[in-house]
Amino acid sequence: MMDDSVHKNRLYAEDVTIGYDRRVISTGLSVAIPDGAFTVIVGANACGKSTLLRALARLLKPSAGRVVLDGKTIADYPAREVARRLGLLPQSSIAPDGITVADLVARGRYPHQSFLQQWSDADESAVIEAMAATRITELSHRAVDELSGGQRQRVWIAMVLAQQTPILLLDEPTTYLDITHQIELMELLSALNRDGKTVTAVLHDLNQACRYGTHLIAMRDGAVIAEGAPRDIVTAELVEAVFGLSCVIIDDPIAHTPLVIPRGLPAMSITS
Amino acid sequence: MSAPAQASVFGYRVSAFGGKLSGRLDLRSVAVCSVLLGIALVIGLLSLASGDYAVPLGDVLKALVGQAEPSVQMVVVEWRLPRAALASLLGAALGLSGAIFQSITRNPLGSPDIIGFEAGAYSGALLVMVALGGGTLTVAFGALLGGLLSAALVYGLAWRRGVQGFRLIIVGIGVSAMLTAFNKFMLLRAQLEVAMSAAMWDAGTLNGLGLDRLALAGMILLMLVPACLLLARPMAQLEMGDDAARVLGVAAERTRILLLVLGVALIATVTATAGPIGFVALVAPQLARRLTRSAGVAMIPAAAMGAALLSAADYLAQHAFAPTQLPVGVVTISLGGLYFAWLLVAEARRQ
Amino acid sequence: MSDIITSQQSVRVSAKRPGLAETNARRWFWLVVLVLVLLAVALASLMIGSRDIGARTALDALFAYDDSDEHAIVRALRLPRTILGVGVGVALGMAGALMQALTRNPLADPGLLGVNAGAYFAVVLGVSLFGLSGIGSYIWFALAGAIVTTIVVYVVGVVGRFSGTPVRLTLAGVAIGAVLSGVSAGITLLDPTSFDRLRQWSAGSLVGQTDAGLLVVLPFIACGLVAAFLVARPLNAIALGDDLALAVGVSVKRTRIVVIAATTLLAGAATAAAGPIGFVGLMVPHLARWIGGTDQRWIFAYTMVLGPILLLVADIAGRLVMRPAELQVGIVTAFIGAPVLIALARRRKVSGL
Repeated sequence: MMDDSVHKNRLYAEDVTIGYDRRVISTGLSVAIPDGAFTVIVGANACGKSTLLRALARLLKPSAGRVVLDGKTIADYPAREVARRLGLLPQSSIAPDGITVADLVARGRYPHQSFLQQWSDADESAVIEAMAATRITELSHRAVDELSGGQRQRVWIAMVLAQQTPILLLDEPTTYLDITHQIELMELLSALNRDGKTVTAVLHDLNQACRYGTHLIAMRDGAVIAEGAPRDIVTAELVEAVFGLSCVIIDDPIAHTPLVIPRGLPAMSITS
Repeated sequence: MSAPAQASVFGYRVSAFGGKLSGRLDLRSVAVCSVLLGIALVIGLLSLASGDYAVPLGDVLKALVGQAEPSVQMVVVEWRLPRAALASLLGAALGLSGAIFQSITRNPLGSPDIIGFEAGAYSGALLVMVALGGGTLTVAFGALLGGLLSAALVYGLAWRRGVQGFRLIIVGIGVSAMLTAFNKFMLLRAQLEVAMSAAMWDAGTLNGLGLDRLALAGMILLMLVPACLLLARPMAQLEMGDDAARVLGVAAERTRILLLVLGVALIATVTATAGPIGFVALVAPQLARRLTRSAGVAMIPAAAMGAALLSAADYLAQHAFAPTQLPVGVVTISLGGLYFAWLLVAEARRQ
Repeated sequence: MSDIITSQQSVRVSAKRPGLAETNARRWFWLVVLVLVLLAVALASLMIGSRDIGARTALDALFAYDDSDEHAIVRALRLPRTILGVGVGVALGMAGALMQALTRNPLADPGLLGVNAGAYFAVVLGVSLFGLSGIGSYIWFALAGAIVTTIVVYVVGVVGRFSGTPVRLTLAGVAIGAVLSGVSAGITLLDPTSFDRLRQWSAGSLVGQTDAGLLVVLPFIACGLVAAFLVARPLNAIALGDDLALAVGVSVKRTRIVVIAATTLLAGAATAAAGPIGFVGLMVPHLARWIGGTDQRWIFAYTMVLGPILLLVADIAGRLVMRPAELQVGIVTAFIGAPVLIALARRRKVSGL
């Protein structure tokens, strides 16, 4: 059950039942996103991690229970207010035909603007900072559809950064990125976290999760089966339970966080 | 007071009242819109001056301010002005409606004339003409009602926990096909003269519209257009996908419904005033986009382009084959044909 | 260690494929059943009309003709109409099946994609501007119109910057079709006699073709069918994607050309004979796929039988709904087909859209 310390956090889910159409993914799920931590949610495909993230971001309405942001049910806020406190990088977004990088990143300032105040100094500096942080400043005048998959992903991340929210949620942000850019992004998220942002990401790569995350949430079949610091919870038994993968855990020689080495699956024979 | 406009990769920044009012302008868009509106104005003045009874430009201007002789006054202000003004106004409404639909469906071909609206308006008009034998005002009302009902039907059938672009398009095509079949059925049952005049109505015409129509259309558009402009920014956000828009604070479904209502109301106004005028709503936003090199579909350039296009089309309809007056819809259909021809060439060249 | 796949568990290619009929034997069975249904429907088409004629009499009219009124009606009016219905039904169904297979678009239909509108437009040009009459002369116009439209829609909707999804192809077709229909309507407005003459036909109708007319049209349809069956197997590969098809050795380009040619022949001939009739090409392949599975050869076989069944049923319905007047078959197919289209769009898992 939930202990009171959870309620001290800005963002948490309280006893939520969430799903799509008639398919229920999670029932009675309670989980908190610790303030100031770099939380990583891991689990096998279709375990409910993205569903949870979407519910936390107010994209999915729980059929039971509630998500709480800053002490109030998140559904009770005006949408723009939520957008000022919480930013989400969704899994798939569409770049309007022909839009430039600068314009797309600028779209992230929407929650801070209004019909009369469409562009202020704060907006401009936020966008410039976001582009610098994701190292896409040289691309600012280019059309987004001309960029590579990795570059495009960085543009979307810059857009979320331009929103300048204290809480950041990212749904599989390392898709399409090559290894260098993946590490760059994880370092950036770490830096943002050290600066004070609460960062939550759904990641596929367990090792990256262990190395950069300060708080891990491991899910299976819509339920949280372990949460805590990677060093504390990542064991061979956990990996077996979450992924069904037999492994050996060693100490990462660089970061001294758990490093998962899969044992491999039993040899398959395709000839008789 | 105002800070000087500064240029950057974000366009020209303008601000006033110490930042209470601020925005950014894309110079190219502003220039394009001004030119297009200028073209519409010039063509309008030209229509006021030409015709069976040619009026020198000076007299036209005098008539506009009420300083000309009564006969010139009547020709310019009572006969020609409504038509010229309506060409620009209705053209702008069509362009705006097209921009809204294309943005919502995220598809450059998602135009209200294809997605069920015009077929419905024609159904309403036919019912009045064939079954009730009504006059022009009742026909207009019938068209309006028919269009609105068919739009509601399309939306209702496309709704499935929200309306996605592709479903709106396909359901729209389906409803349009059914209504078209229904219209053909009504045409076949009518007597030849009624059928022919109904078919002519379907081609759309600005002929014979007076100041009263101009006033009515003008008043309605005066209410609709500002509402559209207020929704311009949320509409742009929606183009990034529902998730991205909602995360930024846009109420996606509600905005979409509002935009649809406005888009339908705009085209309903046009259809009720002048009959169905096709292809301006399809072509204007895309042409405007090419010229301004903007991202996505923008409302004001689309409206300006629509005004210019319909003014030009109506001018051609009136004077190209003088003294025969073509229905303006015939000219705009050719516009549609040219547009596709141009698309073909552009595609072929891209290969 | 845990499971190792043993020789006993080797993978076997199942004879079962998706579709109501799970084995080839069942497919043949249903095909035969449907052929019988077609014969029954054809007989009904000979029997039903403003004056109902008994089955015995109808059959006698075919095989033991005496000059009675009823026999004359059957021979002179209903028989050509029925044969035309079969021919046009086959042609439209196959054209739809071909287009759906080539473009991997479940919504492709020669009516929706403007091909019929193009053929019709060309015929209107022929009739109004060049004073052509008799199907023998304007069939060539119809074919020309069909092929030009097919290519235009293809370039704009599949290859062009608007491509990528089936919706775009459909929209391109509808838009181009709208232009062509509009211009056709405009042309007919210029001349009241042609307006009157063509308004019957613009809704799609099986009435009014002579035996000679049938003889002109049927060879084109036959050629189209032959071409279609030649590309049935390549189309199976193309269903998996152009790249995969190339990898298996299919010449995608050649298949495309053959399909375009076949569609032109089929849709052009059908429209020349009966005016623009939509939705047959949309609905029939879906039904064929539902019964017969995903092998293109079976889809074609079923389409050839289901197409005429659908069209004749629509024609008969048109005769019954407004007795003694008639409702054109094109109108009936639109009333049946449009809801099908809408239902397709509403399906939760809309594949390919």
